[in-house]
This record gives sequence, structure tokens and C-alpha cells, in this order.
Amino acid sequence: MAKQIPLTQLRRGQSGRVIQIMGGFGMTRRLSAIGIRPGKKVTKVSAMFMRGPVTVRIGGTEIAIGFGMASRIIVEVKE
Amino acid sequence: MRILLMGNPNVGKSVIFSRLTGVHVIASNYPGTTVEFTKGWTEYKGKRVEVIDVPGAYTLEPTSKAEEVAVEMLKEGDLVIDIVDATNLERNLNLALQLIERGVPTVIALNIWDETKHRGINIDVEKLEKLLGVPVVPTVGITGEGIKELFSRLEEAKRKKPIKRTEHRRWDNIGKITHEVQILTHRHHTLREVLEEASTRPLSGLPIAMLVLFLSFKIIRFIGEGLIGYLLEPFFTKLYLPLITKLSLFLGRGGFLHDILIGKLIEGGIDFVQSFGLLTTGLYVPLAMVLPYILSFYLVLGILEDTGYLPRLAILLDNLMHRLGLHGYAIIPNLLGLGCNVPGILSTRILESKRERFIASALISIGVPCAALQAMIFGLVGKHGGQYVSMVYGTLFLVWLLLGLILNRVLKGFSPPLLIEVPPYRLPPWRTTVKKLWMRILSFLREALPLVLLGVLVVNILYFLKVFDFLANLTAPLIHGILGLPKEAVVALVIGFLRKDVALGMLGPLNLTAQQLVVGSVVLAMSFPCIATFIVLLKELGLKDMLKATGIMIVSAFLVGGILNLIL
Ligand SMILES: Nc1nc2c(ncn2[C@@H]2O[C@H](COP(=O)(O)OP(=O)(O)OP(=O)(O)O)[C@@H](O)[C@H]2O)c(=O)[nH]1
Ligand SMILES: [Mg+2]
Repeated sequence: MAKQIPLTQLRRGQSGRVIQIMGGFGMTRRLSAIGIRPGKKVTKVSAMFMRGPVTVRIGGTEIAIGFGMASRIIVEVKE
Repeated sequence: MRILLMGNPNVGKSVIFSRLTGVHVIASNYPGTTVEFTKGWTEYKGKRVEVIDVPGAYTLEPTSKAEEVAVEMLKEGDLVIDIVDATNLERNLNLALQLIERGVPTVIALNIWDETKHRGINIDVEKLEKLLGVPVVPTVGITGEGIKELFSRLEEAKRKKPIKRTEHRRWDNIGKITHEVQILTHRHHTLREVLEEASTRPLSGLPIAMLVLFLSFKIIRFIGEGLIGYLLEPFFTKLYLPLITKLSLFLGRGGFLHDILIGKLIEGGIDFVQSFGLLTTGLYVPLAMVLPYILSFYLVLGILEDTGYLPRLAILLDNLMHRLGLHGYAIIPNLLGLGCNVPGILSTRILESKRERFIASALISIGVPCAALQAMIFGLVGKHGGQYVSMVYGTLFLVWLLLGLILNRVLKGFSPPLLIEVPPYRLPPWRTTVKKLWMRILSFLREALPLVLLGVLVVNILYFLKVFDFLANLTAPLIHGILGLPKEAVVALVIGFLRKDVALGMLGPLNLTAQQLVVGSVVLAMSFPCIATFIVLLKELGLKDMLKATGIMIVSAFLVGGILNLIL
């Protein structure tokens, strides 16, 4: 079963595929420039507590994303 | 001919630039090290050609001031060497394709080639070259491998007719290219990756951060004090003092020239801190008190920069920084500010909005004491006991926090979210790290030493002309009434405009109590920026915002100084 959740709800070490970015043009562009766009596989590395940034691995790179932004990135995970 | 070195952030542009031109620029292992362009020259086909180190950019549609600079530069180049991180091909190709689509003559350096092997990345360079239609050469910036070949292929770069592509089509294209040229083999977790992950997880990351900061502080103190105690202090008192004492005798132990060169004799002898002559205090302060800490600070900072730890610190502090109207990455300009406010304020260009840049610049110029001032605080205030040094630091930290909280409240707008690439941990490439340290020390000697001497000279001349008496009486209500300092301390505040270290040194001869020294240090750290900071504030913020920042500075300095005076 595939399920769609925000990036923030991925468990540590879990991977998902980016489905949609629920943000304006500017945010989508910033994210895609740094390598996050629909279709890409991301693996969660860690998350700071108290709604801190989420760190993901994508390809060979680690990227840190502020909580608000991360919660608007929707990924698909296989259960 | 003018060659631009462009590419994504943190791919090795500055390393390659230094190698090509012999002009040393700072290179560090985090995105956003270079925020201005630097020019240099190199030889190409027997001719001198200009080479420009451009700030990193992910795309040609800028999202920060540093990226704006990069795109602006593109108009002025004849040829672009696009430096591509071979360990990150797909994302780096975005900029490469944008350049090629615009028809810009481009050559691609596939840099960080050395790391591809152990990371299980295999790239078919010939195929990539064919698909892109421009020369592609693997390079290793830190060793210089491949750079000769890169240059031998520059002439193949031709200007072409621009083509238009939608972003979507471009990404499709990139996907296809990477699929065809790159094979990834899966590798098991390495120690490096374990460390990388541990330092961004809260439970392990926070203790690691505390340990790193604690050790950094200890090492800076240890090396700084060691250099002073075992090298510079003995040199000045054992070798230099007898010499300069002879000169003092020769000059007749007094008079105008003696006062300017040697200064006042304190209890019949030369006192390197208090005499205030060009050849005594003018050399002793910058060389024996400040330089050792400049060296130890930049050694430790350089190692932190080159390992790639700083972006991890930014992640840990993101929450805190948001309360100050910034995001976590703003910790980097603030840390650089602890060395010297000027590069700190310049590097606020890595932040996205004007509001953030204003807040960060104000925080740095008010709440972040530079290494020169800190060295003097250790030296002068530290004599009275560690608790007084802690008071100065504690107060400045509180001011930094409160000011950020307040600015975040009163300024319109909000702080954009953190979005950064976290570079892999690397062992500092020692030659580059040492070279960077040497460069920073040289620039201190070149820029600070003349200003210190000028400061000392000006003080002596103004004393001689009795300008200070007038000024001291005029400002006595402020200096004495509010801050509780002797009215002569105003001189230090004035000289603080030239150099803060000299200024703090001037409080020495006033025989202040420990409490008064604390007030003086805090006010000096917070108040009017030194001339170098002043100029960079003007350049980065514009006249209006610079005046605003300066206003905040003066008001808060007197407010905090006044409060300290009351409670101490
Ligand atoms: N292993 C390896 N490291 C490299 C190579 N080239 C550069 N580096 C390292 O990569 C990091 C970034 O280098 P910089 O030259 O500062 O990168 P930059 O492209 O100028 O970065 P920005 O100014 O932030 O855009 C530094 O820590 C370098 O030591 C290389 O070929 N191999
Ligand atoms: Mg650079």
C-alpha cells in the first residue's frame, strides 16, 4: 500500500518519493534548484525536536529543510 | 579575455581560482563561502587573461544576494569554466545546461573527481561530453590534477545560438543524461556517514555541538595564552625592552618626539600597555596582545570551516535563530564576526532577504566583539579575574539575544525558512587550511597594524593639542553621569572609531576598577563601529539602514552601559 504523507512525518531512515510540493513558485524553484523535485527519492536522516529542520539524503547530498517548508513537501511511501 | 569560474556553491571554484591565479581567496567546506567576486590573472597561450572567482549559484535565477552577484557577472565574461561537483552530477547539471542553453562559451570541470571512487560513483566522461556538446575534464582542485588539460581545451568553447527550454524540459533532459552517463554502486555505511548523521540528530548532535564549541574555546585560549606567555611576552620584555629603554634615554626621557615614539614613562619606566608611544604600545598591542589570538582563533575557525561542521551547527540552532528573525545559517556570519566584523557582515549576503541582512548586520556590529577586542578583554579585564571577563561575555550575549528578539518583533516581514545543502565531512586539506590561516594573519597585519599606529599617533597629537580636555568636559555628563567612567574615557570611545583594541588599551592608564572596566569593555564592544565596519555597513546596507543600525548601536550601548553601572 502506498501512502502520501508530508516529509516531516517520515520516520528516521525511511525513504519516500517526492510527489508534490505545496508551495508557491518561489519555494518550488528554490527546492528544485537544490535538488528536491517531484519524482526524487529522499531518505530522512534526522529531525530536530520542537519543529526544527528536517535533514534528508537525496542522491549523494544531505539537505536540511526548515520544518514549515518540509511539511509542505508531500512524499509517497510504501507501507 | 575574461574567464569566469562559475558553478554551484561549494564545488571548489575558489580553490581552483587560487591555483590558477596565485591570488589567495578563502575556500571553506560550506556553501556560500564566496559572496563577492575576486579578479586575478593567469597565463593563457602566452597572453595575460583575467580570471574571476564568482560566488556559487544553483541557478541563473537568483535567490540570494550572492547569487545576484553571480548572475550579474555573467554579462561580463567571454568564457565560463563551469565547475561541477562530480559527486553531485544531477543537481550541478542544472546550472551547466542553463549556461549551455544561453549559448555562453562553456567548458566543464568535473571537480572533486577524487571522491567519486570511494563513494561508488562512476561517470562516463566521454559520453557526458558528447551529450552536452562542450568539453568536460575531470579535475581535483586541491591537488591541481586536470587543470592543465582543462586549459588546453578552452579554445573549443564557442558561443552558440541561445535556445529556449522550459524548466520542466530541462530537468527531463538532465534525468536522461545522468541516467546514461552515471553508474552508482551501493556502498555500506562509512564512519563518515555515521558521524554526519550523529551530528544532526538532536540527542547526539547537541552534546557534540557543546563539545565542539567548548574545545574550540579551550584551544583558542590555550594557543593564544601559550604564544603570549612563552614567545611574545619574553621577546618584548627581555629583548625589546632594553633596546627601547636606550632609545628613551637617548631621546632625553621626555619631550614631544619621546612622547610620540616612546610615550609617557610610568613610574620611571616604560610600560608597554600604558606608555602609549608608537614604538611601545603601538607595537605591543597588535603584535603581543592581539596577534596571538588572531592566530589561534583563525586556526580553529579554519578547521571548523574545512571539516564541514558549520552547516550542522546551523541546523541545531535554527529554532533559536528564528526567534531572532533569522534562520540557522545566519550563525555562520555571526561566527565569522567573532574574528572580524567586516567579513561577518559581508557574508550576510548568503541570507535571502534584506530584512535578515539588516538584523544580522546589526547583531554582528553590536553584539559580536571581534577577535582583536576580545584579546584585549582577556588581557586587560582578565587581570582582575575570570568572573569579570564572563560578565562582559554574558552581557554581550544577552544583548545579542534581546536585540534580535526586539528587531524581529518591530521589523515588518518574517524570516524565510532554512534550506541548505549540508556538505560531507572532509579532513581539512592541511596545505589549504594553513594557507588560509596565513592569509588571514597577513591581512590583519596589513590592515590593522597601520590603523593601530595611526590611532596611537592621533591620540598623542590630540593630547598635545589639548583637544581631549575640551571634549572630555563637554561629554562628562554622558560618560561620567551615565556610565560612571572618568570623563577622560571619552577619548577611548572616540579612538574606538579607528580601532577597538587601541581604544580598550586607552582605558588602561585610567586606573579603572574592575567594574568600570567591564562597563568600558561592553560599551566599546557595542558602541560606534570601527571605521572598517562602518564602511562595510554603509556598502552593504545603504546609507539609511546604516544610520538606523548606528542609531540602535549608540542608544543600546549607553542604555546597557548605564544599567551595568547601576547594578555592578
Ligand atoms: N576532495 C576534494 N575536495 C575539494 C576539491 N576541490 C575543492 N575541494 C574542497 O571543497 C570545499 C569547497 O571549496 P571552495 O573552493 O571553497 O568552493 P567554492 O565553489 O568556491 O564555494 P562557494 O564559494 O561557497 O561557492 C573546500 O573544503 C575544498 O577544500 C577536490 O577536487 N577534491
Ligand atoms: Mg568560493
